[in-house]
Amino acid sequence: MSATTSPGTPLLEIDNLAVAYTVGDAEQRVVHGISFHVDPGEVVALVGESGSGKTTTAQAVLGLLAGNGRVESGAIRLKGADIVPWSQRRLDAVRGAVISLIPQDPGSSLNPVRTIGAQLAEILQIHRFGDRRAIQARVLDLLTRVGLTPADLRAGQYPHELSGGMKQRVLIAIAVALRPDLIVADEPTSALDVTVQRRILDLIDALRRENGTSVLLVTHDLGVAADRADRLVVLRGGGIQERGPVRDVLTAPQSPYTRQLLADAPSLGTARRRAVATAEDFAITVEGLTHDYPTSGTRSRRFRAVDGVSFKVQRGTTHAIVGESGSGKTTTARAVAGFLKPTAGRIVVEGTELTTLRSEALRQFRRKIQLVYQNPFGSLDPRQSIAEIIEEPLLNFEPVSRPERTRKVRDMMDRVGLPESFLTRRPQALSGGQRQRVAIARALVLDPRVLVLDEAVSALDVTVQAQILALLDELQQALGLTYLFVSHDLALVRQISDTVSVMHGGKQVDAGPVEKVFQQPDSDYTRELIDAIPGRKMPVPGSHTARAG
Amino acid sequence: MTIGDTTAPILAGEPRATGRGVAWRARLRHLQPGLVMAWLVVAIILAWAAVPGLFTGYSPIDGVAGQQLRPPSAEHWLGTDGLGRDLYARIVHGARHSLTGAVVAVTVGLLLGTLLGLIAGARGGWPDAVIMRLVDTLLAIPSLLLSLSIIVLLGFGTINVAIAVGVVSVARFARLARSEVVRVRRSEYVEAAFGSGGSFLAVLRRHILPNSLTSVIALAALQFGSAILALSTLGFLGYGAPPPTPEWGLLIAEGRNYLSRAWWLTAAPGVVVVVAVLAADRISTAIGRTEP
Repeated sequence: MSATTSPGTPLLEIDNLAVAYTVGDAEQRVVHGISFHVDPGEVVALVGESGSGKTTTAQAVLGLLAGNGRVESGAIRLKGADIVPWSQRRLDAVRGAVISLIPQDPGSSLNPVRTIGAQLAEILQIHRFGDRRAIQARVLDLLTRVGLTPADLRAGQYPHELSGGMKQRVLIAIAVALRPDLIVADEPTSALDVTVQRRILDLIDALRRENGTSVLLVTHDLGVAADRADRLVVLRGGGIQERGPVRDVLTAPQSPYTRQLLADAPSLGTARRRAVATAEDFAITVEGLTHDYPTSGTRSRRFRAVDGVSFKVQRGTTHAIVGESGSGKTTTARAVAGFLKPTAGRIVVEGTELTTLRSEALRQFRRKIQLVYQNPFGSLDPRQSIAEIIEEPLLNFEPVSRPERTRKVRDMMDRVGLPESFLTRRPQALSGGQRQRVAIARALVLDPRVLVLDEAVSALDVTVQAQILALLDELQQALGLTYLFVSHDLALVRQISDTVSVMHGGKQVDAGPVEKVFQQPDSDYTRELIDAIPGRKMPVPGSHTARAG
Repeated sequence: MTIGDTTAPILAGEPRATGRGVAWRARLRHLQPGLVMAWLVVAIILAWAAVPGLFTGYSPIDGVAGQQLRPPSAEHWLGTDGLGRDLYARIVHGARHSLTGAVVAVTVGLLLGTLLGLIAGARGGWPDAVIMRLVDTLLAIPSLLLSLSIIVLLGFGTINVAIAVGVVSVARFARLARSEVVRVRRSEYVEAAFGSGGSFLAVLRRHILPNSLTSVIALAALQFGSAILALSTLGFLGYGAPPPTPEWGLLIAEGRNYLSRAWWLTAAPGVVVVVAVLAADRISTAIGRTEP
């Protein structure tokens, strides 16, 4: 993936670009005079966390800023011509033909009522590619090229008949249809599973090389950027923190922020090493857990989401359940947390057989085990204040006096690192990381023994994620908690857990201590999963990467 | 699987974060003339109902001899009716009857309907099925016919008419309340509340009810307008308060006899009813937009 830099003008040159949004009466500047360029055939990655201005920059390049956005100053030069003052009509001729976009969310980027063949033909018609037969031939050719075969059958399908990865392939086909000089890929794989992510990125790479296209890759994932880009531009708060060739930035980061980002990014190398007591003292025992969901009304036909899963978790350790979407990991976690009655199997948590518990006994059992949700925006009641949210579990069991409750709430806030001034705020006024701290405080206020974390850090930026993980680790040490950690992110799992179950299609395909599973996986699936983790090119000080495939 | 950019910290100066004072000031800056007028209309009607003596010196019941069917003038702003009663005074005094009726009607619908919807949505299963089929049946009967049947059962009179109008709106309240409750019930914070050991009633009171009420209250404002209209309709048909009560529907009915000679006797109360209904509708829209 080497750059074929030409000595002439760069393909795209961003010169001192500033973008502002009008919010209410005020103008808020989100991009503060950034400059970089993309040479022909080169992959440049814009890396940053949410709010860093990376998507705004990409939208400005395409002339697709939201209605209240405006380029304040600076120039965007495409092959030497400044496109900022261009009208939308003039941009229309360029978009699709010279610059194209691979959008972030394949689920909502296709028209649900038209076949994918028709949608692919549309861009060719708009740019007058040729007559109907030429367009039809090109559509089939493109679908084949992106791996959607048999193409004539696929062309007649609607988006809902395709998986997320296949939809993303259609969008890629649309983006490369007219062999543009530059593709802007805005988080092209963030919504996809890790194995699918790798295949999609490989596809973009192959097509890029074939046509000599440049790619502006917008991503929050430093690992993806490291694997796929020639040069990196690290953004933060609308300004450039650092830019340069990938190798230089990764091995010798100049800015403290980049160093922080590198340190926080979970990678395969940073495994956790902690002495674990070998005593047979299990906080969670799951035996032959099976759960069926009824499908579409008929009682006889059922969908088996979890199929005979067994594992044991020692007290005070972290057990991870890893898998892609649809693997049954969330169903398993919810069964352990007592939110659904499994079809078959035994679950024992802290000595209580869970599957036979009925209403009141189940309610009493809830003090021992708490669940932290993936989405900190949905799991907090928008009408409650932070104090009310954390206090609520205390109201559910035997009466606790008001001063005692206030004291406990303040204790918990302190414990999870939230300032006291937050007590009266509402969840809307908090950032994602702060909300997740509130959710953890609520979960811990009853002094539970087991915490089930359902993708609890997946929605957070890496630096925030690292902070929350450090908090969880500290709490585990201090309170002797047992964690059941559900995640799709293997690098993360390796970093924080002691034992792991790998799930695929409802079955547990691999299980055991993390080191063993990562170094000598029993199943091909686990191997594939480990190989698909991005960030292979990331430098990891003082450790070597395990590769068993 | 992952949620992309969901973690942007919300700026400290965000108005909603820092309490009602700032929010109100922000709202004042974006004054909507239509909404202000709607509130003004409601305020005036409320004032008519509360202190009618301040607005008119004439009696709504006793006519003045020799003053029959006078056209609008400085003395009688909206003219007089066939018995020499000042029409403006009758409309002002009538506000009390129409408003009381509407309040009773909406209260009946709101309480009964929300309760049914809450039980159906929160409990699910067979209570849901039974209640919602009942509601469907209620919706299938034309509302005027249903009101008339209830009045025949309960007897005539302002309050009975109000109850009849209220019962008709139970079905609409129940449907809306149920759908809101079902939506809130599926949210993660409700599951989290059960997960932290909350009993059914506690979760209902702390989370489900407050979060599902916004739309129900918006519907109540809307129903307030419809109730005034329905009450006037029933009054017009002679099912409401008996004459000489200055009820708005009755005013229109009485004015009908003089349509060719004194059109203002029907037009004026008609316009008042329309304006009141439109105002309630505008306010309802505004409430519906203020989601948390």
